[in-house]
Amino acid sequence: MNQQPIVAHIPGLRRYARALTGDVWTADDLVQDTLERACSRWRLWLAGTDLRAWLFTLMHNLFISQVRQSVTRARLVPTVDVDDVAHELRAPDTSASFAIDLQRCLLRLPEDQRVVILLVTMEEMSYEEVAKVTGVPVGTVMSRLSRARGRMRELLDEPREKPVAGAAQKSETVLRRMK
Amino acid sequence: MTNAMNQDEMHALVDRCQPEAQDQALAALDLTDPQAAETLRAWIRQRAGLHALHRSVLNEPIPASLRYTVGRLAVLQKNMNRSWQQAGIAASVVLAFGVGWISHGHLADHQTPVALAVNGLAQHEFVRQASFAHAVYLPEKRHPVEVTAAEQDHLVQWLSKRLGKPLKVPKLSEQGYELVGGRLLPGDIGARAQFMFQNEQGQRITLYLGAIDPKSEKVAQDETRFRYQSEGSSSSFYWSDQGFGYALTGEVNREKLIALATLVYQQL
Repeated sequence: MNQQPIVAHIPGLRRYARALTGDVWTADDLVQDTLERACSRWRLWLAGTDLRAWLFTLMHNLFISQVRQSVTRARLVPTVDVDDVAHELRAPDTSASFAIDLQRCLLRLPEDQRVVILLVTMEEMSYEEVAKVTGVPVGTVMSRLSRARGRMRELLDEPREKPVAGAAQKSETVLRRMK
Repeated sequence: MTNAMNQDEMHALVDRCQPEAQDQALAALDLTDPQAAETLRAWIRQRAGLHALHRSVLNEPIPASLRYTVGRLAVLQKNMNRSWQQAGIAASVVLAFGVGWISHGHLADHQTPVALAVNGLAQHEFVRQASFAHAVYLPEKRHPVEVTAAEQDHLVQWLSKRLGKPLKVPKLSEQGYELVGGRLLPGDIGARAQFMFQNEQGQRITLYLGAIDPKSEKVAQDETRFRYQSEGSSSSFYWSDQGFGYALTGEVNREKLIALATLVYQQL
Protein backbone atom coordinates (compact mmCIF):
# COMPACT_ATOMS: atom_id res chain seq x y z
CA MET A 1 0.00 0.00 0.00
CA ASN A 2 1.46 3.28 -1.09
CA GLN A 3 0.74 5.63 1.78
CA GLN A 4 3.06 8.35 0.56
CA PRO A 5 1.11 11.58 0.37
CA ILE A 6 0.43 12.86 -3.10
CA VAL A 7 2.29 16.09 -2.41
CA ALA A 8 5.47 14.09 -2.11
CA HIS A 9 5.27 13.35 -5.83
CA ILE A 10 4.72 16.92 -7.00
CA PRO A 11 8.38 18.05 -7.00
CA GLY A 12 9.32 14.98 -9.05
CA LEU A 13 6.51 15.59 -11.52
CA ARG A 14 7.55 19.22 -11.86
CA ARG A 15 11.15 18.32 -12.54
CA TYR A 16 10.25 15.67 -15.08
CA ALA A 17 7.84 18.07 -16.81
CA ARG A 18 10.55 20.73 -16.86
CA ALA A 19 12.93 18.42 -18.67
CA LEU A 20 10.20 17.18 -20.96
CA THR A 21 9.02 20.61 -22.08
CA GLY A 22 12.15 22.71 -21.49
CA ASP A 23 10.02 25.51 -20.14
CA VAL A 24 9.07 26.49 -16.59
CA TRP A 25 5.50 27.61 -17.33
CA THR A 26 4.64 24.92 -19.83
CA ALA A 27 5.92 22.39 -17.32
CA ASP A 28 3.78 23.65 -14.45
CA ASP A 29 0.77 23.81 -16.75
CA LEU A 30 1.36 20.17 -17.55
CA VAL A 31 1.61 19.32 -13.86
CA GLN A 32 -1.58 21.27 -13.17
CA ASP A 33 -3.42 19.41 -15.94
CA THR A 34 -2.11 16.14 -14.56
CA LEU A 35 -3.37 16.93 -11.06
CA GLU A 36 -6.76 18.02 -12.39
CA ARG A 37 -7.05 14.78 -14.28
CA ALA A 38 -6.00 12.86 -11.18
CA CYS A 39 -8.82 14.58 -9.27
CA SER A 40 -11.41 13.67 -11.87
CA ARG A 41 -10.21 10.11 -12.28
CA TRP A 42 -9.42 9.43 -8.68
CA ARG A 43 -12.01 6.67 -8.46
CA LEU A 44 -10.20 4.82 -11.22
CA TRP A 45 -7.00 4.65 -9.24
CA LEU A 46 -6.85 1.38 -7.38
CA ALA A 47 -5.72 2.01 -3.86
CA GLY A 48 -2.61 -0.02 -3.29
CA THR A 49 -1.21 0.30 -6.79
CA ASP A 50 1.78 2.52 -7.46
CA LEU A 51 0.62 6.12 -7.11
CA ARG A 52 3.74 7.55 -8.71
CA ALA A 53 3.44 5.34 -11.78
CA TRP A 54 -0.22 6.32 -12.08
CA LEU A 55 0.57 10.04 -11.95
CA PHE A 56 3.36 9.67 -14.50
CA THR A 57 1.03 7.73 -16.77
CA LEU A 58 -1.57 10.50 -16.58
CA MET A 59 1.09 13.07 -17.34
CA HIS A 60 2.49 11.02 -20.20
CA ASN A 61 -0.90 10.69 -21.87
CA LEU A 62 -1.57 14.41 -21.50
CA PHE A 63 1.83 15.33 -22.85
CA ILE A 64 1.52 13.09 -25.88
CA SER A 65 -1.98 14.31 -26.69
CA GLN A 66 -0.86 17.92 -26.32
CA VAL A 67 2.08 17.30 -28.63
CA ARG A 68 -0.22 15.72 -31.19
CA GLN A 69 -2.70 18.56 -30.93
CA SER A 70 -0.19 21.30 -31.55
CA VAL A 71 2.78 19.96 -33.40
CA THR A 72 3.74 23.43 -34.54
CA ARG A 73 3.82 24.88 -31.07
CA ALA A 74 5.77 21.94 -29.76
CA ARG A 75 8.40 22.51 -32.42
CA LEU A 76 8.58 26.16 -31.57
CA VAL A 77 9.65 25.51 -28.01
CA PRO A 78 13.01 23.89 -28.76
CA THR A 79 13.84 26.54 -31.36
CA VAL A 80 13.23 29.35 -28.93
CA ASP A 81 15.16 27.53 -26.28
CA VAL A 82 18.23 27.03 -28.45
CA ASP A 83 18.31 30.73 -29.26
CA ASP A 84 17.90 31.62 -25.63
CA VAL A 85 20.78 29.52 -24.43
CA ALA A 86 23.07 30.02 -27.44
CA HIS A 87 25.12 32.70 -25.69
CA GLU A 88 25.53 30.50 -22.64
CA LEU A 89 27.24 27.84 -24.69
CA ARG A 90 30.31 30.05 -24.70
CA ALA A 91 30.81 29.30 -21.04
CA PRO A 92 33.49 26.76 -20.17
CA ASP A 93 32.31 23.19 -19.87
CA THR A 94 31.07 23.34 -16.31
CA SER A 95 28.25 21.20 -15.02
CA ALA A 96 25.87 24.12 -15.52
CA SER A 97 26.64 24.37 -19.20
CA PHE A 98 26.50 20.60 -19.51
CA ALA A 99 22.99 20.78 -18.07
CA ILE A 100 22.03 23.43 -20.63
CA ASP A 101 23.50 21.26 -23.39
CA LEU A 102 21.55 18.27 -22.14
CA GLN A 103 18.27 20.17 -22.03
CA ARG A 104 18.86 21.57 -25.51
CA CYS A 105 19.64 18.14 -26.92
CA LEU A 106 16.67 16.57 -25.12
CA LEU A 107 14.34 18.97 -26.87
CA ARG A 108 15.73 17.92 -30.22
CA LEU A 109 14.83 14.29 -29.60
CA PRO A 110 11.49 13.01 -30.85
CA GLU A 111 9.01 13.09 -27.95
CA ASP A 112 8.69 9.32 -27.61
CA GLN A 113 12.46 8.95 -27.24
CA ARG A 114 12.71 11.92 -24.87
CA VAL A 115 10.07 10.41 -22.61
CA VAL A 116 11.84 7.05 -22.42
CA ILE A 117 15.33 8.35 -21.74
CA LEU A 118 14.02 10.69 -19.02
CA LEU A 119 11.94 8.05 -17.27
CA VAL A 120 14.92 5.69 -17.28
CA THR A 121 17.63 8.12 -16.20
CA MET A 122 16.00 10.98 -14.33
CA GLU A 123 13.18 8.97 -12.76
CA GLU A 124 15.18 5.74 -12.43
CA MET A 125 12.24 3.63 -13.56
CA SER A 126 12.77 0.05 -14.63
CA TYR A 127 12.23 -0.74 -18.31
CA GLU A 128 9.06 -2.58 -17.34
CA GLU A 129 7.74 0.45 -15.46
CA VAL A 130 8.51 2.68 -18.44
CA ALA A 131 6.64 0.24 -20.67
CA LYS A 132 3.60 0.49 -18.38
CA VAL A 133 3.67 4.27 -18.14
CA THR A 134 4.07 4.77 -21.88
CA GLY A 135 1.77 1.91 -22.85
CA VAL A 136 4.19 0.19 -25.22
CA PRO A 137 5.97 -3.20 -25.05
CA VAL A 138 9.35 -3.42 -23.30
CA GLY A 139 11.00 -4.15 -26.66
CA THR A 140 9.81 -0.79 -27.95
CA VAL A 141 11.11 0.90 -24.82
CA MET A 142 14.53 -0.63 -25.40
CA SER A 143 14.72 0.39 -29.05
CA ARG A 144 13.60 3.94 -28.20
CA LEU A 145 16.19 4.07 -25.46
CA SER A 146 18.90 2.97 -27.90
CA ARG A 147 17.90 5.58 -30.42
CA ALA A 148 17.62 8.27 -27.76
CA ARG A 149 21.08 7.53 -26.37
CA GLY A 150 22.62 7.37 -29.81
CA ARG A 151 21.05 10.63 -30.89
CA MET A 152 21.88 12.38 -27.61
CA ARG A 153 25.49 11.40 -28.05
CA GLU A 154 25.62 12.82 -31.56
CA LEU A 155 23.94 16.02 -30.48
CA LEU A 156 26.15 16.47 -27.44
CA ASP A 157 29.27 15.96 -29.52
CA GLU A 158 28.19 18.43 -32.19
CA PRO A 159 28.75 21.77 -30.50
CA ARG A 160 31.87 20.62 -28.73
CA GLU A 161 33.85 20.42 -31.94
CA LYS A 162 33.23 24.08 -32.75
CA PRO A 163 31.71 25.40 -29.58
CA VAL A 164 32.08 29.16 -29.70
CA ALA A 165 33.40 30.20 -33.10
CA GLY A 166 30.43 28.89 -35.00
CA ALA A 167 27.78 30.74 -33.04
CA ALA A 168 29.74 33.97 -32.91
CA GLN A 169 30.55 33.99 -36.60
CA LYS A 170 26.98 33.30 -37.46
CA SER A 171 25.64 36.26 -35.55
CA GLU A 172 28.36 38.52 -36.98
CA THR A 173 27.37 37.43 -40.45
CA VAL A 174 23.80 38.35 -39.74
CA LEU A 175 24.83 41.76 -38.46
CA ARG A 176 26.98 42.48 -41.45
CA ARG A 177 24.21 41.59 -43.80
CA MET A 178 21.89 43.92 -42.03
CA LYS A 179 24.19 46.85 -42.65
CA MET B 1 32.93 -10.55 -20.24
CA THR B 2 32.31 -11.76 -23.75
CA ASN B 3 33.44 -9.87 -26.80
CA ALA B 4 30.01 -9.17 -28.12
CA MET B 5 27.85 -7.14 -25.79
CA ASN B 6 24.38 -6.58 -27.11
CA GLN B 7 22.55 -3.30 -26.75
CA ASP B 8 20.21 -4.52 -24.02
CA GLU B 9 23.17 -5.62 -21.94
CA MET B 10 24.80 -2.26 -22.46
CA HIS B 11 21.69 -0.44 -21.28
CA ALA B 12 21.42 -2.69 -18.27
CA LEU B 13 25.03 -2.01 -17.41
CA VAL B 14 24.44 1.74 -17.59
CA ASP B 15 21.13 1.74 -15.74
CA ARG B 16 21.29 -1.11 -13.28
CA CYS B 17 24.92 -1.64 -12.28
CA GLN B 18 27.07 -0.08 -9.62
CA PRO B 19 30.07 2.03 -10.71
CA GLU B 20 32.49 -0.76 -9.70
CA ALA B 21 30.78 -3.25 -11.98
CA GLN B 22 30.74 -0.66 -14.74
CA ASP B 23 34.45 0.00 -14.35
CA GLN B 24 35.20 -3.71 -14.53
CA ALA B 25 33.15 -4.15 -17.66
CA LEU B 26 34.72 -1.08 -19.23
CA ALA B 27 38.24 -2.28 -18.48
CA ALA B 28 37.46 -5.56 -20.19
CA LEU B 29 35.77 -3.88 -23.13
CA ASP B 30 38.71 -1.51 -23.67
CA LEU B 31 40.70 -4.56 -24.71
CA THR B 32 38.07 -6.34 -26.76
CA ASP B 33 35.80 -3.66 -28.15
CA PRO B 34 37.06 -0.11 -27.61
CA GLN B 35 34.24 1.36 -29.63
CA ALA B 36 31.63 -0.22 -27.39
CA ALA B 37 33.57 0.97 -24.36
CA GLU B 38 33.48 4.51 -25.69
CA THR B 39 29.75 4.30 -26.29
CA LEU B 40 29.23 3.01 -22.77
CA ARG B 41 31.24 5.86 -21.28
CA ALA B 42 29.19 8.37 -23.22
CA TRP B 43 25.95 6.78 -22.04
CA ILE B 44 27.11 6.73 -18.42
CA ARG B 45 27.98 10.44 -18.63
CA GLN B 46 24.60 11.14 -20.19
CA ARG B 47 22.81 9.22 -17.48
CA ALA B 48 24.64 11.03 -14.70
CA GLY B 49 23.87 14.38 -16.32
CA LEU B 50 20.19 13.62 -16.88
CA HIS B 51 19.87 12.19 -13.40
CA ALA B 52 21.06 15.49 -11.95
CA LEU B 53 19.22 17.72 -14.42
CA HIS B 54 16.92 20.34 -12.86
CA ARG B 55 17.51 18.83 -9.44
CA SER B 56 16.96 22.24 -7.85
CA VAL B 57 13.30 22.02 -8.88
CA LEU B 58 12.88 19.28 -6.26
CA ASN B 59 13.58 21.80 -3.50
CA GLU B 60 11.44 24.61 -4.83
CA PRO B 61 8.24 25.34 -2.93
CA ILE B 62 5.14 24.12 -4.73
CA PRO B 63 3.73 27.08 -6.70
CA ALA B 64 0.50 28.60 -5.44
CA SER B 65 -1.22 27.65 -8.68
CA LEU B 66 -0.71 23.97 -7.89
CA ARG B 67 -1.39 24.06 -4.17
CA TYR B 68 -5.14 24.00 -4.23
CA THR B 69 -5.33 21.04 -6.56
CA VAL B 70 -2.74 19.27 -4.47
CA GLY B 71 -4.88 19.88 -1.42
CA ARG B 72 -7.97 18.45 -3.08
CA LEU B 73 -6.00 15.40 -4.09
CA ALA B 74 -4.54 14.97 -0.63
CA VAL B 75 -8.01 14.84 0.85
CA LEU B 76 -9.22 12.44 -1.83
CA GLN B 77 -6.20 10.27 -1.19
CA LYS B 78 -6.77 10.18 2.53
CA ASN B 79 -10.34 9.13 2.00
CA MET B 80 -9.20 6.48 -0.43
CA ASN B 81 -6.64 5.15 1.96
CA ARG B 82 -9.24 4.63 4.61
CA SER B 83 -11.65 1.83 4.26
CA TRP B 84 -14.26 2.31 1.58
CA GLN B 85 -17.13 2.26 4.05
CA GLN B 86 -15.75 5.22 5.90
CA ALA B 87 -15.05 7.32 2.83
CA GLY B 88 -16.79 10.63 2.53
CA ILE B 89 -18.47 12.41 5.34
CA ALA B 90 -20.22 9.51 6.94
CA ALA B 91 -18.18 10.09 10.06
CA SER B 92 -19.73 13.48 10.72
CA VAL B 93 -21.03 13.62 14.23
CA VAL B 94 -22.88 16.39 15.95
CA LEU B 95 -21.65 16.53 19.51
CA ALA B 96 -23.04 19.65 21.08
CA PHE B 97 -23.59 18.15 24.53
CA GLY B 98 -21.76 15.94 26.87
CA VAL B 99 -18.16 16.88 26.37
CA GLY B 100 -17.73 19.70 28.79
CA TRP B 101 -19.30 22.27 26.53
CA ILE B 102 -22.61 22.48 28.29
CA SER B 103 -21.88 25.80 29.86
CA HIS B 104 -21.14 27.35 26.48
CA GLY B 105 -23.28 25.50 24.03
CA HIS B 106 -26.96 25.48 23.32
CA LEU B 107 -28.31 22.74 21.17
CA ALA B 108 -30.64 24.23 18.59
CA ASP B 109 -33.37 21.73 19.27
CA HIS B 110 -36.13 24.04 18.11
CA GLN B 111 -34.78 24.11 14.57
CA THR B 112 -36.72 22.52 11.77
CA PRO B 113 -35.07 19.60 10.01
CA VAL B 114 -34.67 21.75 6.87
CA ALA B 115 -32.88 24.50 8.73
CA LEU B 116 -30.65 21.92 10.34
CA ALA B 117 -29.87 20.41 6.96
CA VAL B 118 -29.01 23.81 5.45
CA ASN B 119 -26.80 24.59 8.39
CA GLY B 120 -25.28 21.17 8.12
CA LEU B 121 -24.31 21.79 4.52
CA ALA B 122 -22.78 25.19 5.19
CA GLN B 123 -20.87 23.76 8.12
CA HIS B 124 -19.74 20.80 6.13
CA GLU B 125 -18.48 23.09 3.39
CA PHE B 126 -16.65 25.23 5.92
CA VAL B 127 -15.01 22.22 7.51
CA ARG B 128 -14.17 20.79 4.11
CA GLN B 129 -12.36 24.01 3.20
CA ALA B 130 -10.60 23.92 6.55
CA SER B 131 -9.51 20.34 5.81
CA PHE B 132 -8.19 21.33 2.38
CA ALA B 133 -6.23 24.20 3.81
CA HIS B 134 -4.93 21.90 6.53
CA ALA B 135 -3.89 19.22 4.04
CA VAL B 136 -2.20 21.73 1.76
CA TYR B 137 -0.03 23.50 4.32
CA LEU B 138 0.56 20.71 6.81
CA PRO B 139 3.43 19.10 4.88
CA GLU B 140 5.09 22.42 3.97
CA LYS B 141 8.62 22.51 5.29
CA ARG B 142 9.77 25.89 4.04
CA HIS B 143 6.58 27.92 3.79
CA PRO B 144 4.02 26.55 6.23
CA VAL B 145 2.85 30.07 7.10
CA GLU B 146 2.91 33.51 5.54
CA VAL B 147 3.69 35.37 8.72
CA THR B 148 5.57 33.60 11.47
CA ALA B 149 4.93 33.63 15.20
CA ALA B 150 7.94 35.92 15.61
CA GLU B 151 5.77 38.69 14.18
CA GLN B 152 2.69 37.79 16.12
CA ASP B 153 1.47 41.36 16.63
CA HIS B 154 1.72 42.09 12.96
CA LEU B 155 0.07 38.77 12.15
CA VAL B 156 -2.93 39.45 14.38
CA GLN B 157 -3.30 43.03 13.16
CA TRP B 158 -3.10 42.00 9.54
CA LEU B 159 -5.54 39.10 9.75
CA SER B 160 -7.98 41.07 11.94
CA LYS B 161 -8.04 43.79 9.31
CA ARG B 162 -8.56 41.38 6.44
CA LEU B 163 -11.26 39.40 8.23
CA GLY B 164 -12.98 42.51 9.55
CA LYS B 165 -13.01 41.33 13.14
CA PRO B 166 -10.53 41.68 15.97
CA LEU B 167 -8.85 38.31 16.31
CA LYS B 168 -6.91 36.73 19.09
CA VAL B 169 -4.40 33.95 18.80
CA PRO B 170 -5.17 31.34 21.43
CA LYS B 171 -2.37 29.96 23.57
CA LEU B 172 -2.18 26.18 23.44
CA SER B 173 1.09 25.70 25.32
CA GLU B 174 -0.61 23.82 28.14
CA GLN B 175 -1.45 21.12 25.58
CA GLY B 176 2.09 21.30 24.21
CA TYR B 177 1.43 23.31 21.04
CA GLU B 178 3.13 26.54 20.08
CA LEU B 179 2.15 28.97 17.36
CA VAL B 180 4.03 28.58 14.06
CA GLY B 181 2.28 31.47 12.35
CA GLY B 182 -0.65 32.22 10.12
CA ARG B 183 -1.85 32.87 6.63
CA LEU B 184 -4.70 34.43 4.73
CA LEU B 185 -6.93 32.27 2.54
CA PRO B 186 -9.89 32.89 0.23
CA GLY B 187 -13.33 31.92 1.50
CA ASP B 188 -16.88 31.94 0.16
CA ILE B 189 -17.81 35.40 1.37
CA GLY B 190 -14.49 36.98 2.20
CA ALA B 191 -11.18 36.17 3.69
CA ARG B 192 -10.39 33.30 5.99
CA ALA B 193 -7.41 32.89 8.25
CA GLN B 194 -5.41 29.87 9.22
CA PHE B 195 -3.25 29.66 12.33
CA MET B 196 -0.82 26.79 12.57
CA PHE B 197 0.45 25.26 15.80
CA GLN B 198 3.08 22.63 16.31
CA ASN B 199 4.13 20.48 19.25
CA GLU B 200 7.61 19.23 20.15
CA GLN B 201 7.14 16.09 18.05
CA GLY B 202 6.50 18.29 15.02
CA GLN B 203 2.81 17.41 14.89
CA ARG B 204 0.79 20.25 13.50
CA ILE B 205 -2.77 21.39 14.05
CA THR B 206 -4.49 24.28 12.32
CA LEU B 207 -7.21 26.67 13.37
CA TYR B 208 -9.26 27.91 10.44
CA LEU B 209 -11.65 30.78 10.90
CA GLY B 210 -13.77 33.24 9.00
CA ALA B 211 -17.20 34.69 8.44
CA ILE B 212 -19.97 32.31 7.48
CA ASP B 213 -22.57 33.15 4.87
CA PRO B 214 -25.33 34.74 7.01
CA LYS B 215 -28.05 33.32 4.75
CA SER B 216 -27.17 29.73 5.50
CA GLU B 217 -26.35 30.40 9.08
CA LYS B 218 -29.14 32.79 10.04
CA VAL B 219 -30.97 30.30 12.21
CA ALA B 220 -27.96 29.82 14.39
CA GLN B 221 -26.62 33.34 14.37
CA ASP B 222 -26.90 33.88 18.06
CA GLU B 223 -25.99 30.40 19.03
CA THR B 224 -22.91 28.41 19.38
CA ARG B 225 -22.99 25.09 17.63
CA PHE B 226 -20.46 22.33 17.69
CA ARG B 227 -19.68 19.55 15.32
CA TYR B 228 -17.03 16.90 15.09
CA GLN B 229 -16.16 15.79 11.59
CA SER B 230 -13.57 13.37 10.37
CA GLU B 231 -12.24 13.54 6.85
CA GLY B 232 -9.48 11.13 5.93
CA SER B 233 -6.91 10.76 8.66
CA SER B 234 -7.54 14.22 10.00
CA SER B 235 -10.48 15.30 12.07
CA SER B 236 -11.96 18.70 12.69
CA PHE B 237 -13.84 20.25 15.51
CA TYR B 238 -16.13 22.95 14.24
CA TRP B 239 -18.20 25.58 15.91
CA SER B 240 -19.73 28.87 14.97
CA ASP B 241 -20.20 31.89 17.10
CA GLN B 242 -21.95 35.09 16.09
CA GLY B 243 -21.60 34.62 12.37
CA PHE B 244 -18.04 33.45 12.58
CA GLY B 245 -16.97 29.87 11.94
CA TYR B 246 -14.02 28.08 13.53
CA ALA B 247 -12.53 24.72 12.65
CA LEU B 248 -9.67 23.13 14.52
CA THR B 249 -8.10 20.37 12.44
CA GLY B 250 -5.41 17.85 13.20
CA GLU B 251 -4.28 14.25 13.02
CA VAL B 252 -5.08 13.71 16.69
CA ASN B 253 -7.69 11.62 18.43
CA ARG B 254 -11.05 12.99 19.33
CA GLU B 255 -10.40 13.51 23.03
CA LYS B 256 -7.22 15.45 22.36
CA LEU B 257 -8.92 17.55 19.70
CA ILE B 258 -11.78 18.36 22.02
CA ALA B 259 -9.36 19.35 24.78
CA LEU B 260 -7.58 21.66 22.34
CA ALA B 261 -10.82 23.07 20.97
CA THR B 262 -12.01 23.80 24.49
CA LEU B 263 -8.85 25.77 25.13
CA VAL B 264 -9.30 27.72 21.92
CA TYR B 265 -12.95 28.40 22.58
CA GLN B 266 -12.34 29.67 26.07
CA GLN B 267 -9.78 32.18 24.87
CA LEU B 268 -11.56 33.60 21.85
